[in-house]
Amino acid sequence: MDLYIYVTLVVLGYFVGKSREASHYRSIQEREGKFASLPTVATKKPLPQEGELVDMKLVSGCTVISIDYYKRLIAGLRNIFGGNISSYETLVDRARRESVLRMKEQCPDASQIINLRIETSSVFKNSGKGSVGSIEVIAYGTAVIFQ
Amino acid sequence: MVITNVETLPNREIVEHHGIVSGSTVRSKHAGRDIMASFKNIFGGELKGYTELLTESRDEAISRMKAQAEELGANAILNVRFSTSSVAAGAAELYVYGTAVTIR
Repeated sequence: MDLYIYVTLVVLGYFVGKSREASHYRSIQEREGKFASLPTVATKKPLPQEGELVDMKLVSGCTVISIDYYKRLIAGLRNIFGGNISSYETLVDRARRESVLRMKEQCPDASQIINLRIETSSVFKNSGKGSVGSIEVIAYGTAVIFQ
Repeated sequence: MVITNVETLPNREIVEHHGIVSGSTVRSKHAGRDIMASFKNIFGGELKGYTELLTESRDEAISRMKAQAEELGANAILNVRFSTSSVAAGAAELYVYGTAVTIR
């Protein structure tokens, strides 16, 4: 009986997780297109630009994301043979791009975002049986406004 | 109060350093959010409840840092860094620190 439940969850996880991932990527790509002209750099000095610098402020965006049952199973199998766990790679990639987008959305009139930092940490784990393993990605930087 | 994560502000001069200021919060999730998150765990994807929780806590940490800087008489905090760690089971600590300065 337990096995049936497990198999059902894995199958559910596979289909629902896959469609969710696809729709999330679509939304990321659409929103990234909107911000394509906003320079976002990891350097500490603003890029040379015409106009006068009027304001600077801290912006940040964070995302907590979790993995589905199917991917967890695949990752467990991968652990035996070693190698790339591509299902986890797409997970962190989604979380990172989402965080950067949220950060940009915080300051729509920014001319540049400088000193971008991205940090990943795993939060809320080991809280007993049935705990939810999840990762948090935070992106932060300084929005610079030229006029 | 100017808060940035760069070291210098263009066109502004630093007249006084006040040292490091920091703010931290330790937050735990509550059971309701955890139940919703366990469902999400099957399908994967974003855990919105947790994202909100961490965003709120981070704002709280920033406002604590700000209060500390104001107490010192600073009008800007430069070189701000964030860090997250899981200190106890089911809880996360959010720590924000930076350098308080007076600018002109």
